[in-house]
Parts: sequence; C-alpha cells; structure tokens
Amino acid sequence: MAILNINNVHLNVEEKQILKGISLSVNKGEVHAIMGPNGSGKSTLSYMLAGREGYELESGQVLFDQMDISTMSADERAKAGMFLAFQYPVELPGVSSMNFLREAVNSRRKYLGEAELNHLDFVKEARRIAKEMFIKDEMLKRYVNVGFSGGEKKRFEIFQMSMLNPKVAVLDETDSGLDVDALKIVSDGVNNFRSKENSVILITHYQRLLDYIVPDYVHILADGVIKKSGGPELALHVEKNGYAGIINAA
Amino acid sequence: MVATSETIKKVRETTSKYKYGFSTNIEVDKAPKGLNEEVIRLISLKKDEPEWMLEWRLEAYRKWLKMERPSWSKVNFPEIDFQEIHYYAAPKQKKKLNSLDEVDPELLKTYEKLGIPLNEQKMLAGVAVDVVFDSVSVATTFKEKLAESGVIFCPISEAIQKHPELIKKYLGSVVPVTDNYYTALNSAVFTDGSFVYVPKNVKCPMELSTYFRINEQNTGQFERTLIIVEDAGYVSYLEGCTAPQRDENQLHAAVVELVAMEDSEIKYSTVQNWYPGDENGVGGIYNFVTKRGKCLGARSKISWTQVETGSSITWKYPSCILQGDGSVGEFYSVAITNNAQQADTGTKMIHIGKNTKSTIISKGISAGNSQNTYRGQVQIQKSAKNARNFTQCDSLLIGDKCSAVTIPYINQHVSNAKVEHEATTSKISDDQLFYCFQRGIDTEAATSLIVNGFCKEVMKELPMEFAVEAQKLIGISLEGSVG
Repeated sequence: MAILNINNVHLNVEEKQILKGISLSVNKGEVHAIMGPNGSGKSTLSYMLAGREGYELESGQVLFDQMDISTMSADERAKAGMFLAFQYPVELPGVSSMNFLREAVNSRRKYLGEAELNHLDFVKEARRIAKEMFIKDEMLKRYVNVGFSGGEKKRFEIFQMSMLNPKVAVLDETDSGLDVDALKIVSDGVNNFRSKENSVILITHYQRLLDYIVPDYVHILADGVIKKSGGPELALHVEKNGYAGIINAA
Repeated sequence: MVATSETIKKVRETTSKYKYGFSTNIEVDKAPKGLNEEVIRLISLKKDEPEWMLEWRLEAYRKWLKMERPSWSKVNFPEIDFQEIHYYAAPKQKKKLNSLDEVDPELLKTYEKLGIPLNEQKMLAGVAVDVVFDSVSVATTFKEKLAESGVIFCPISEAIQKHPELIKKYLGSVVPVTDNYYTALNSAVFTDGSFVYVPKNVKCPMELSTYFRINEQNTGQFERTLIIVEDAGYVSYLEGCTAPQRDENQLHAAVVELVAMEDSEIKYSTVQNWYPGDENGVGGIYNFVTKRGKCLGARSKISWTQVETGSSITWKYPSCILQGDGSVGEFYSVAITNNAQQADTGTKMIHIGKNTKSTIISKGISAGNSQNTYRGQVQIQKSAKNARNFTQCDSLLIGDKCSAVTIPYINQHVSNAKVEHEATTSKISDDQLFYCFQRGIDTEAATSLIVNGFCKEVMKELPMEFAVEAQKLIGISLEGSVG
C-alpha cells in the first residue's frame, strides 16, 4: 500500500519552476533512492514534502498516509510521521539537545494519542538509542547542533529519526561530508530503522551510500522530473557512465 | 510566585489573551483621589505610624513638589495626572488575622485564579510568602521558622513600628528621597512592601517570596522594600507580579533598597508579568521602579536577576553601589517586549572600593511593534583600583517592526581598571523555525525554545522554582509574534 503518493507535482521557488511534473509512489517497507545532478530539484522535493514555507505546490497532489499534505502545516506533517534529515542541520544556541528532542518526541506522541514520556523514561530511551549510534552522553548535553562536527550533525539527525520513529524518512544527502566510519554508523542507523512499517527516501549524489543502504528502487531526477527508474543496478550504471546518457535519452 | 504543579497547569492553559485579566470584588477602604498633605497624614494614620515617619513622608512630599518629571528615557506615554490617583487602598479587615483561615475567602479565590493557592504555598517546603494585596499585607507564612533563625521578614509597616532603629538608619540610605521624581513620590506615599533583616552569620533557611498584585482600579502602587543583611549573612529574595486587566493606565513606582555588610550576599530575583495593555498598549501598567543595592561591607555581593515580560512601559535600572573593597555586583536581565510595549531597562554599577567586580548580562527580546532599550552605566571611581567589569548585551528581534537599542555609558577614572563590553543583535531565522517545525514543534513552542535558549545565561541564575515559570512566561508573552 502506498504510504506516499506524489502525483504530477509542479512547484516554483521564487517564481522559478523547479519541479515540473514529478510523480513517485512509495509503499510501506520500501527504500527509494533519488539521484541526480546538482540543481535537479532533489532538495526542493524534500522541502516540498516537509512543508517548508515557500515550497507550496503549484499543481498536482501529494498524499501522505492517505492525507492531502497541502492542508497540513510543517509541524503537523512531522507529527503525522514525515521526517526530514537535513543536509545542513541547523544550530539552536542555548537549546539543549535533550530538551529539544523531548519536545519533538512528545509532540508526536501527543498527536498519536499516546501518553507523553516523562523525563526519566525519555532519558532512558534516548540513552539506549544513542548508544547504538555511538553518540556519547556528552553530545546530548550540548546545544542542538552547536559545536558538532559535520559527522556528528548527521549522526544526530539519524538519532532523532530513530527517536521519532516516522512513517516516511527523507534523508537529504545525509552521506555528504561523512568519512567511511561515520558513513557506516549512519547507514547502520538507517538499516536498523528500516521495517515493514516505514519507508525511506534517500537523496544522494553518490552510489557509495547505496553499498551500505541497499535500496529497492533507484530514480534519476533531472530538470524537475524523474527521467528513469530502476533497481540498484541503475545506480551502478550512473556511477560508471554518469547522468548524461540517461538524461539525454529520456 | 512559585511554580507549583497547579501554576504550571494554569500557565499552560493560557491563551493569547492576558489570562490574569480579572479583578476581585472586595470592599475597599480608600483615600480620595489626589495628593496633598492631608492624604499623607491619612496614610500615616491608617498605618498607625510614629510621628517621625509622618515627618519623613511630609518632607519627601515637599521636596517632590519642587521636582521636575524626568524625560530622558526612550519611553513615550501621556502625562500622568497625579491628582487622579488614589494613594491609599486597603482590603477591609475587621480584625487582626491569626491564620490563613481568617483571610477573606474572596482574597483566597484571587490567589487561586493566579495559580498560587496560599494553602499549597504553605505546604511548599522552604518558601515563605508575604503576600501584598494592593497595599496591605494580609497573610504571612513561615514566620516562626524564620524567627527561629533570627531572620525578620515582615511588611514594612510592621517594621516601622517594631524595628524603628533599623528603619531610621537604613530607609533612604541607598536610594535617597530625592534620587528622582518617583522615589520622592514613593517616599511620601508608600503604603506597604517588605522588610527583611538577616542577622550576622545567618544564612536565611528558605527563599523569601513576595507576591505583589495590583487590584484596586486607579490605585497607584507604591511599594517600599528594604533588605538588610549583616556580616556573612545570606538571603535569596523572589519577587513576582501579575495584575488584572484595566482600561486606564496604572502607575507603579516602587523603591527597593538592599544593604549588604561584610562577606554577605543578597540575591534578588524578579519575574515581572504585569498587564502589558492590549495590542495597542492601552490599559497596561507603567512600571517606573528604582532598585538599588549597596555593597557596604568588604567582599559583599549583590546579584539582581530579572525577567521582565509585562507592563506597557518598563523603566528600571536595578543597580549596585560597590563600596566595600572586593565587593561584587551582578545584573542578569531578560526583557521581553511585544505588541506596543516599551522597555527602557538596564543597570548601573558604581565601583568605589578596590578590587570590585561587576558582571552585566542583558538579553533583550523585541517582537511586534515594541521598543526595547538597554541602558547601562559602569562607573569606575578614582578609589576603585583594579576594578573590573564585564558587560554583554544581546538583542533578539522577532519580525521587522520592533526595535532594540543598546546604550552603554562608561565612566572610567582609574587606569588599571578593566571594562569590557560586548553587544550583539540577531533575529530568529527561518531556518531555525523550519528545523523545529520539521520535528513536530509548533510555532509557539519553537519560539519559546529558541528564545529561552537565547536567554539561557540569565535563566540559569534564577532559583529553580522561578525558572520553570519564567520559561513558560517567555513563551506566553511572545504568543502570536511569529508566523
């Protein structure tokens, strides 16, 4: 069953057309990789799904868990289970990572009609998941993304994803700026998260990530539309031959 | 005000409208409008004051008559008609009260609406509350425990009768009667406030808390607070305020004086949440307060922490006179203005003694059409060898119709003193908000998180009980300012 259905979406950013009729259907339990050259609309797609201001649909429709997302605010989408791991996670000076995360987790729980976690239970759960991701207690005591290295920021994004347990996780170039060890930790985090109940959209430039997180489908996004879809072999083809052949052929 | 579970719940339930906008129906014993010597005599009579106190008031009044209204601040307001104000109002009491049970149930209901039922307060370990309802203190708790330690904590009217030697010696010793227009007025007509005396070597066993509330329509509120801590003593004092909704502006001109002897420490924390007026600022409180502490003894320390979210106009500069050698003054401030609020606040650190040290951390947050000014003075006098000051003023702007101004005055008369000043101005970025939204945190909660983060250095100076409530207040006072 499709958890996410993107149907012929057109979208302008500052009056420039970026998405030009993109369609994509993602079922529960699937991992989709979206690859494409710079400026193809990958990050725009992620902002559109997350509901960032200025990224409203021009035309088309997006159904998330049967709901038309154009009627939902960004925080409502997040509470309903749409997660975006940021390419450039944002610093929040003075806001402790634990407080931030507790606020996030409890907003989602409240939305789902579940009891909010008390401080103790929350800390327990956070420590358990942090340990799996090799995140030290000390890092959780710092302010959100302040003084984090590039790798730490990405790990912290995946950590938040694990805590929030979303239905759809969009990972926007989570692999960029990671060394091999960090890439392994982040990938393990995503692989542990994968289940029959959720879906992952990986946005990436490089095939390298797909060695660690093996996708069910690979899509090539160029010039605001999906030019070609296939299995993991498509990513290998791109790695070897570049995008040019696919884009020109389409 | 202490954050009990009850108060937190109340605060949570708050909508964007000012929630404390109600007033109670208690018969009031009030002086006729206007100010003259007769009214001052009436106040003094009502308070059963000794002759010397009346003389002190009358002298202040005569000086006030010759003074000019100050006009140097950045705040704007229509001229106040001092003859349109009632200078005395007291809830009617038939007899002296022995316990809370005898307090007018109407009053108790008011406290309940405010979220601090006294009964609950009483049970809260470690906090004594001296409640000022309009002008007369109606209930004091924990007195016995305090008395055991030798600490005096009572309404100032009681201190005038019971401890005249202390009042005569210290009243007006830190803030002279003629310090400014409003201190002279306050000296003439103050009706109540708190008095604290901590004897030598005594650490006050609990945090002292006074809850001010303006209730009677058009009653100017002129509190007078005096805190004296003897050698090696310590006290932490909490002050918090709310007021009911009104149509006419209310003047509040309090005077607070602190005196710290050798090796003693006074920590004075304020959460100010008076009615700020409607979206256009109509009906809010004018808060023109003079607060000053004197570090009289060597190595003494005075620390002011304030969270100012209310009032239509806030005009106050809690200050420290660092007279004793090695004495320390601190000022930690969060001032939030929204809608049409105006705040002109800051501090004065007057270094007189050798090796004196002061720290100023000011966080100004402006939203809506508001105007937020930090005005601070650091004065290093000739005698203050090796004095040090560090000042940090940060402003956060929300939206593009508000303004923030930082005005530091530095007068340095010693070559080996060290004065540092840092200032920043920033905005809440769309990136930060979107990041919060994407984690399911809505606009109000996100603003509150980001602003509380911005204020972190000040908030951590607040006593625990206050900090929780202050965080909520910050969120509430900025509701509707983003998005």
